[in-house]
Amino acid sequence: MKLALDRKKIADCRKIAVKISKDVRKMIDRHSTVAQERSCVRLMGIDGAYFNPGIKQHYPLANVIVDQLQEDDALENGVSFWMANACLQKQMSPVEIAAEIVRANGEFRLSKLKLAKPALIEKKANALAKEGLGQLVRKRQERNKLIKGLTDPQDPTFKKPPLKYVIVASGNIFEDVVQARSAAQAGADVIAVIRSTAQSLLDYMPHGATTEGFGGTYATQENFRIMRKALDEESKNLGRYVRLTNYSSGLCMPEIATVAAQERLDFLLCDSLYGILFRDINMKRTFIDQHFSRLVCALSEIYINTGEDNYLTTADAIENGHQVLSSQFINERFALDANMKSEFMGLGHAMEMNPWHPDVILLEIARAQMTRDIFPKAPLKYMPPTRHMEGDIFFSHVYDGIFNLVSVLTGQGIHLLGMPTEAIHTPLLGDRFMALKSTNYIFGGAEHLGEEIIYKKNGKIEKWSQKVLDDSLKLLRAIDKVGIFKAIEQKCFAEVSRRLEGGKGFKGVFERGEGYLNPFLDQLEGKKYG
Amino acid sequence: MADTQFLPYGAPDHPSVKKVDLKNLKPYGDAMNDGRAEVSFTLPVNPSPEAEEAAREIMRKMGFHDIKVVAMERPSEGFSFFVCYGAMDHSVDFTKIHVLKVETEFKDFYTINEIIKKEIGRKIIIVGATTGFDAHTVGIDAIFNMKGYKGDYGLERYTGFDARNLGAQVLNEELMDYAVKENADAILVSQIVDEKDCHIDNLKQLMALAEKRGMRDRFIFVCGGPRLNHPIAVECGLDAGFGPGTLPSHVASYVLDEMLRRKKARK
Repeated sequence: MKLALDRKKIADCRKIAVKISKDVRKMIDRHSTVAQERSCVRLMGIDGAYFNPGIKQHYPLANVIVDQLQEDDALENGVSFWMANACLQKQMSPVEIAAEIVRANGEFRLSKLKLAKPALIEKKANALAKEGLGQLVRKRQERNKLIKGLTDPQDPTFKKPPLKYVIVASGNIFEDVVQARSAAQAGADVIAVIRSTAQSLLDYMPHGATTEGFGGTYATQENFRIMRKALDEESKNLGRYVRLTNYSSGLCMPEIATVAAQERLDFLLCDSLYGILFRDINMKRTFIDQHFSRLVCALSEIYINTGEDNYLTTADAIENGHQVLSSQFINERFALDANMKSEFMGLGHAMEMNPWHPDVILLEIARAQMTRDIFPKAPLKYMPPTRHMEGDIFFSHVYDGIFNLVSVLTGQGIHLLGMPTEAIHTPLLGDRFMALKSTNYIFGGAEHLGEEIIYKKNGKIEKWSQKVLDDSLKLLRAIDKVGIFKAIEQKCFAEVSRRLEGGKGFKGVFERGEGYLNPFLDQLEGKKYG
Repeated sequence: MADTQFLPYGAPDHPSVKKVDLKNLKPYGDAMNDGRAEVSFTLPVNPSPEAEEAAREIMRKMGFHDIKVVAMERPSEGFSFFVCYGAMDHSVDFTKIHVLKVETEFKDFYTINEIIKKEIGRKIIIVGATTGFDAHTVGIDAIFNMKGYKGDYGLERYTGFDARNLGAQVLNEELMDYAVKENADAILVSQIVDEKDCHIDNLKQLMALAEKRGMRDRFIFVCGGPRLNHPIAVECGLDAGFGPGTLPSHVASYVLDEMLRRKKARK
């Protein structure tokens, strides 16, 4: 630890996070969501869709199946129960059952079939889960094998500079491929395909390769496959493994995690609170969905990236830095509860402080170093400023450069590169190149600067980090006092208030019945997948 | 008619000093009227002498002379990145430029509250939201949140306003319903995402809805966002539009003035 932070206070923060998470866990264990059930359907290998003239789009079979059970009031048993029974009754595979449902156009009802013996249904469901999750394990092994044959820029000790993470967002997956490969050649280690702005509120995953989006490209299984394949080729060309990331967030959070795992994505944005605060997605829905998503990530060794960078875009960054740290403790706890190791927790942070505040760069260093010290194993994801970017690209380029320096100085794990054209448009190819070139310079030129720096005892940086830790402990205590559900309602984060039963997607939350069966969840929880 | 030619600020009166010429306005690089500017772009070909010449040709077609291609780099296979300098052939007649502007005199927080108290005699109700699929609240929050933006208090802080920020991804229908229910005076719409002009479509749809419900004149319609300005707002049928850098007090001044104008017109 480089800063003199009180270890007892850090330990107290973690203890309180455990307490806070307990209420949530109790709620999770009594409920499921339509998205979690659809994830199970997808893990059975059902990835198809049919063209629905009503929405003028493809509608996934996973939705068709779960919708039907919901209509028939049968979902409380879980989709695995009904699918396993159908497989037994019809002597068909899950994919064949799905095809049959579409063909019969509403006439074939899963919940109207004769029931097999409970023990047989359970056995069949367990076998389906074992197969579906086994496939994820194989994908993970495939990734590890591929990385072994190449240079891996990721350094678990954070002595090497952070991974360079850039975004592509053309709206057209094929155009995104061109830009992603260009970025990789210019030094990018991680490619994020920014999602179309509407997608977080769709309660189904769009299907197939897509060429139009708003502010980004739809997350679809086919788009994932196309981009991962292109990056595999580029990784081999460069002799360096280039990672791919997307967004396990919104109403389809666990399905995106599932599909991403099936297509061997490497990182996922996956936050336990973000959807609640910034997308007004129902609290219960989000907590249940993030748990399943993270279980899938843990199995697949997908790094999660949390979204604390967003907090301070709404709340004042200098006064509210402790909200970021408090949320990181909570995100860490929920990730641990989902079998994740610290090594895969890309806890996010970005401070968004007013650049004209005196000594603001010192405050930036204080918070970045503090986060490094408190979460020593986590590949922290450090993000550049966006809130104070106003179109003066020359200033923005320098501003980003300072963030690059702070990032390498404090040993961050993943560095989201700032673009000079932030707040103007999605990056032009040349903008991304400029950003990568300056980052290559700063990361190379200051690679060992952190090892040379000792912070002054009781200096401004140390005192500031102590203050942020103290404030976090206070906030966590306050959250614990009323419980997290109530605390969020009382605006404990980002000056946003949300209600337990409000927000989008609440209708998709249901209480598990006595006969609820979900061997996917059980095997993920118990790590029984092989 | 004011003088269209004058010495730049603080220039000694010496025959070598060139005058600002409003009839033939040009960028100032290193000397008056030299027209020098920097331009950067990427071409989808690898760097080569031909690529460099192509860049120069593009600059020429843009109306530059005395062109220098100062950087030609290869970001990746099949691309070259250029930084160029040149002197512009073109000039503009500054005296002929007319811009549609928000007609209001900007006032401060205290003055606005004072006038509302005296002239309106009740709180002005403002509802705001980021509409459509746009999920960005940064703009609407900067205008509404108590704390405000750049030291300028947000609308929620004014004693003269009852300001309600509905957040992001609010449908036009919802926003309108809410404004009617709460008997609002003004509707503020923020739009950040501009992909395929969805921000324009969204604003037009809002105004079409207002017309259809016969509520065009019941509310003051204001929009704001990084890709918006007053002319665009007016073209979409709104009353006013604000671009980047707008402070809450700007919006507040406008809404107040428009309230007063409408009050006067009714008399």
